[in-house]
Amino acid sequence: MTFALTPERESHLAEILSRYPNRMAATIPVLHLCQEQNGWVSEEIMEWVAHRLGISAAHVKGVATFYTLFNKEPVGRHQVWVCRTLSCALNGADALLHHCEKRLGVHVGGTTKDGSVTLRTAECLAACGQAPMMQVDRDYHENLTLADVDTILDRLTRS
Amino acid sequence: MLRQTKYLSSRYNEPDGWSLSAYERDGGYKQAKRVLGGMTRDALIEDMKAANIRGRGGAGFAMGVKWSFMPWPPKPEKPHYLVINADEGEPGTFKDRTIMEKNPHSVVEGCIIGCYGIGAHTAYIYVRDELHLSKERLWGAINEAKAKGYLGKNPFGSDYAVEVFVHTGAGAYICGEETALLNSLEGKRGEPRLKPPFPAQAGAFGMPSTVNNLETIAIVPTALEMGGDAFSKLSELHNLKDGGSRLFGVSGHVNTPGVFEACVGLTLRELIYDLGGGVKGGKLLAVIPGGSSCPILRADDLVSAPNEKSPLFPWNGKSVLDVPLGVDTFRALGTMLGTCCAIVLSDQACPVLAMHNLMRFYRHESCGQCTPCREGSAWIFRIMDRIVAGQASIEELDRLSEIADNIMGNTICAFGEGTAMPALGFLKKFRREFEQYILTRGKSSPNRLTLPGHFAGAAE
Ligand SMILES: Cc1cc2nc3c(=O)[nH]c(=O)nc-3n(C[C@H](O)[C@H](O)[C@H](O)COP(=O)(O)O)c2cc1C
Ligand code: SF4
Ligand code: FES
Repeated sequence: MTFALTPERESHLAEILSRYPNRMAATIPVLHLCQEQNGWVSEEIMEWVAHRLGISAAHVKGVATFYTLFNKEPVGRHQVWVCRTLSCALNGADALLHHCEKRLGVHVGGTTKDGSVTLRTAECLAACGQAPMMQVDRDYHENLTLADVDTILDRLTRS
Repeated sequence: MLRQTKYLSSRYNEPDGWSLSAYERDGGYKQAKRVLGGMTRDALIEDMKAANIRGRGGAGFAMGVKWSFMPWPPKPEKPHYLVINADEGEPGTFKDRTIMEKNPHSVVEGCIIGCYGIGAHTAYIYVRDELHLSKERLWGAINEAKAKGYLGKNPFGSDYAVEVFVHTGAGAYICGEETALLNSLEGKRGEPRLKPPFPAQAGAFGMPSTVNNLETIAIVPTALEMGGDAFSKLSELHNLKDGGSRLFGVSGHVNTPGVFEACVGLTLRELIYDLGGGVKGGKLLAVIPGGSSCPILRADDLVSAPNEKSPLFPWNGKSVLDVPLGVDTFRALGTMLGTCCAIVLSDQACPVLAMHNLMRFYRHESCGQCTPCREGSAWIFRIMDRIVAGQASIEELDRLSEIADNIMGNTICAFGEGTAMPALGFLKKFRREFEQYILTRGKSSPNRLTLPGHFAGAAE
């Protein structure tokens, strides 16, 4: 197997293991660690995680496929999630999403040709009072106007 | 009655209100120190029972009573765990996030006290993965507390060891359900477990565990400082054993959406008009009181409670908007208090589209273990899709009710009811609107959710 974590992430892994009474409990945090490094969770990574935690690859695969935030295929350099649940929908989420699709030239789920942005929808992200909103990578952008969205997307496609 | 409070939110607007120094300036960690410094477990539990803190995660179970369910004394071979639910995924709910970002030390202090109360030495705070700033602030608070000797082997010089960890999910609403959350904490798929056994018998890692919502645990230091009884009496519903103050959220079509802290007893009218700044773009059509799983109330609904024994009797004949928001009062209204975060719909919004939106959510989030939930939620959404596309007949409204009825009581977890009850609520409260919508293929309705001119000037 060729996958390996960076030394910093390796020591993070050791710290993660110390939090739990058994190794299986580290499955989700360690998958996050791998995805952070690799951008997505490949077969090879699932097997690596299983091996490192001493659990079955089938278990790790079952977990990775259950949770929507583990990417099962490569994604763009930046991730955009537009919340479309009710409080956001009452405040323009649909129009905002269509605007993103047009601006990026992709449908929901797609990645721009230059590989810069993957556009997705999200269910309620606990920012309902600041609707409409979207998450970009690790950051929340709230109370959005279409002009705000343009500024954000321009920045992402340039970087 | 509207009485705003500042127990959790006093430093919400301070730039470093989340830091240890700011928390201690306001008297933080004194209660944890007092508890570990020699308070008996019995005295702590009694005080917490007297505080009448009803769980802030949705079901409204009495927190002190839940703590008292833990087996006692703890057996060395069966360590106890405190698990804090900060999955905050219920549509419309955005209150726990404010605590984690702006007052994380109240959570850490609550965890220390909670651990002592239930005989645990480890607390896990389960935060949904998307909330990166929340996780960062919680870890920051944990590390600050640890550096000061408030956590670890000898917190405050006592010999009662306490460790607190943050654990994250990876995007699945169902992980907010407490047994799904426990599976997820154990590194498994987030599928709910059959109950019994309840978490107090076999919870995290098969050990006795207590699952508390994040706001529930964060208010513990305040309740202890005031004394349970005094804390409970802040509430207008003290006599219904629904005590204290809590966070209320309001979103949707209001002028000033947000999270507000107030004594229990606040009404929807106060939440929408006094705190939420009134309805935006039209008149009030309806409100979902506490997260999307709570059946919707119409603005013109009146309380019918002629029986003196009903908790609603004092409001008989009055508008539902004037009933104090409480666990038992809202249950008696045929809906639920839930998370106390209301979603407001103006009469410019279409209730059919609102239900369509929510049913898409439930179809997407069903974990798929139970046939009635998996198939039922998909079927409901398909019919809603056909209604919105102008392809459904009136009879299909009855089919919707039948499907929802068949989910009720036939599933492993309460997600099933959480899907069926709001569906039935919409169908009952908006039957006429649904019929007209179907007959006119949507022309009877504004047929939109967003207010006209929301993104004025931009091409929509
Ligand atoms: C489908 C479903 C989702 C839930 N989501 C949450 C949640 O996000 N946060 C939460 O605190 N409780 C949630 N709950 C309630 C929990 O199961 C549990 O009752 C709660 O965490 C107990 O804490 P409390 O007594 O302090 O309210 C959910 C329940 C169900 C059925
Ligand atoms: S009711 Fe739905 S969400 Fe709950 S266990 Fe069954 S299928 Fe899963
Ligand atoms: S509905 Fe969009 S954040 Fe809650």
